[in-house]
Amino acid sequence: MGETETDGARRVAAEARNRVRFEEEALELSDQVYRVARRLVSTREEAEDLVQETYARAFRSWRSFTPGTNLRAWLLRILTNLNIDRGRRKQRAPDEQPLEEGDYFLYNRLEQASRDGNVDEERVVERLSQDDIVGALSAVPHDFRDVVVLVDLGDFSYQDAAQILDIPIGTVMSRLHRGRRILKRELAERATTGGT
Amino acid sequence: MAGYEIDPCEKCEEVMQPYLDRVLSEAEVHEAEEHLAGCPYCAKRYRFEESLRVFVRKCCDEQMPPELKQKLASLRTPL
Repeated sequence: MGETETDGARRVAAEARNRVRFEEEALELSDQVYRVARRLVSTREEAEDLVQETYARAFRSWRSFTPGTNLRAWLLRILTNLNIDRGRRKQRAPDEQPLEEGDYFLYNRLEQASRDGNVDEERVVERLSQDDIVGALSAVPHDFRDVVVLVDLGDFSYQDAAQILDIPIGTVMSRLHRGRRILKRELAERATTGGT
Repeated sequence: MAGYEIDPCEKCEEVMQPYLDRVLSEAEVHEAEEHLAGCPYCAKRYRFEESLRVFVRKCCDEQMPPELKQKLASLRTPL
């Protein structure tokens, strides 16, 4: 009887250690999780709520995480699901989005807008303000923005983004492509109406 | 997708994102770089795109409020 009790106690202790390790590793990633969350939603308050809900759920269901796999992606998957469950406003279907411009569009517009047509391509971005960038990103429709935020700001691979959002990798690529172009179109509008 | 012999700059514009994402094949990278080396028009736009990416990232970087960090720690299972 003493034997099984010790085994049981050992198992409990081992599980507690695994849980503590999981929680510590998850908390170490919280800055990165917040940074992504902040750009997926419109306000700081929403981002804070979303991150808290994510961690509450992650700590409850830590056993479903497979050690050795990508914990940051696992957390972001919870977060994006919660974000969608919160009933974010309905979007027009991607097909109904207006056609975006090509990839050189923003630079061409900035060049046209400069008086002498001679712009330093590595400095010209500085004409855009932080508000322009943040505003333009939040103007990108959710489906596209999710992918742009995960890949371009969160440094997730196409594969990770596909798993997080539960969409095929081809969809990640096409949404990323269009999302970046929509972002540049939004930036072009801001850059050329800003008066600089 | 048209090759470089059709409209080289258009082709180069098409591959800019996959090029910068490093998902092109070696042969495609070689083709793109060959064009970029002789085309200041495209080379400028590629350099612009790179600085734009860095700038967007910088602008979107918002630190987590310290109170939130404490709140998250308080969600841990008590020992």
